Amino acid sequence: MSAPDLPARCDIAVIGAGPAGLAAATIAARAGLSTVLFDEQPAPGGQVHRAATTTPLADPVAILGVGQARGVALARDCAASGARILSGATVWSVAADGTLGVSLAGAASPVVARHVVIATGALERPMPIPGWTLPGVMTAGAAQILLKTGGLVGEGRVVLAGCGPLLWLLAAQYRRAGARIAALLDTTPRANWIAAARHLPGFLASPYLAKGLGLLAEVRRSVPVFGGVTELRAEGGTSGRLARVSFRRGARAEESLDADLLLLHQGVAPNVNLALSAGCAHDWDDAQLCFRPALDAWLTSTVESISIAGDGGGIGGAEVAEARGRLAALGALRRLGAGDPGGMRAKAAAHARAEIATGLRGRAFLDTLYRPAEAFRIPHDATLVCRCEEVSAARIREAVALGCPGPNQLKSFLRCGMGPCQGRMCSLTVTEVMAKARGVSPGEIGHVRLRAPVKPVTLAEIAAMPTSPEAERAVLRG
Amino acid sequence: MFRRLDDALTPAPVVGLTVDGTRIEARAGDLLAAALLAAGRGLCRTTPVSGAPRAPYCMMGVCFECLVTVDGMGSRQACLVPVREGMVVETQRGARVPGR
Repeated sequence: MSAPDLPARCDIAVIGAGPAGLAAATIAARAGLSTVLFDEQPAPGGQVHRAATTTPLADPVAILGVGQARGVALARDCAASGARILSGATVWSVAADGTLGVSLAGAASPVVARHVVIATGALERPMPIPGWTLPGVMTAGAAQILLKTGGLVGEGRVVLAGCGPLLWLLAAQYRRAGARIAALLDTTPRANWIAAARHLPGFLASPYLAKGLGLLAEVRRSVPVFGGVTELRAEGGTSGRLARVSFRRGARAEESLDADLLLLHQGVAPNVNLALSAGCAHDWDDAQLCFRPALDAWLTSTVESISIAGDGGGIGGAEVAEARGRLAALGALRRLGAGDPGGMRAKAAAHARAEIATGLRGRAFLDTLYRPAEAFRIPHDATLVCRCEEVSAARIREAVALGCPGPNQLKSFLRCGMGPCQGRMCSLTVTEVMAKARGVSPGEIGHVRLRAPVKPVTLAEIAAMPTSPEAERAVLRG
Repeated sequence: MFRRLDDALTPAPVVGLTVDGTRIEARAGDLLAAALLAAGRGLCRTTPVSGAPRAPYCMMGVCFECLVTVDGMGSRQACLVPVREGMVVETQRGARVPGR
């Protein structure tokens, strides 16, 4: 049995229905190509426009601020373009020949596309601190998703900790929703302000400047902010849940706050699992402290049939993601030899590139200012790095001392990165811990090797996939 | 850990599900992980390695902390599954038992 609603073939497959994926699918379908947009969530929007069309909040603008309208418009345009939007669909493999492995409603099926646009966006950078696995510790992004999708806010003593714009945005949204925040612990290193100052001219022209200053002011009026936090620890109570957050500010004595919910955040990084498993080359980006794919002027990866749009190609934010989605789709149309009435494609691409350039103004300032401190990226020995297999930083360092050269060998030593999350929560930390221990660059250590399926799929689903007589003959005896 | 902003929400039908044999109520359209947190039942599993308790962490399908058994199928990501009337949810304890 194959998934009932899955087409066997299409011209362009887009994976991920955030701003990049929605924009890419819209362009491709408008050009008359058969386009399918696969998305794992129940409704389109991605994380930035999460639940844009389905939120239970009666007045989302009053709580979330502007921005939901853009998500609604993107989803509406995409639906009207003729693209097929398949929500609740998990793409667990992408091959260089354009074959996708897709699960929908409990059944798996291959879908063959002539071109693939990967638009899987970003995930929150891991923030490995002692106690980060305790129930009661979550990410700030998770709290925002609960607010957008379920109208839920943290209860009791809520502490926010980390650095980056999302932390302040969530604090402002909680305030507007009438939810109290006990404290915001800002881990932005003080030295970052000096380093970022030289990028200030670019940021002065950024659309995020006014928004950012407004947020900072709004939050500081209502939330106690502790700046210059250099150490952070979540502590459990007798119930096994979070009870307290302890922190240090430089040389000062340790301070402690009772807490029921700790929300961590230190920026976002590209979600590279699918692109890496497809064989797209990635390089270490030291400014954004992440691996990012090598892309050409049309956002095509080193695998000719695969383009990468949006934050998955490097963090740029929602507006840049949208323009990158359009550019990637235009590149796909060009590669597939689709018609170009009036020679409009080059103009549209130039327009998208100009938008990307404008949107990236000020990015260097944000990347430098909110570059997480090494202490929160390369943790002390006792801290768990791999949450799934419960591997501490000390055990990784022991493995390095025994001669383990990189994250692939580390799998055999410690199973680190082999749990259900497949390295999503630990790979950046593992790379940086090993790089530091060996005294080489993170790029030299590399990313843990990823293979399909990049999301768990049941054997029953794989066994039930359609096969050809040739494929069956190849494995049957007698 | 979480409360619902009842006064700020549009009306929605109530959906009933059972968690480890106890009935809980959710809003139609809720993600299962959100419904568990709203009902104060966020402890969805203990780890196969040390038995430590875990609760939903990322809410976007990345961390796999919110794995639960849904209608008999183990290790489903509760943050990706919408609630459905009559859904039977079981929390997971330690390593999986073969055959389940």
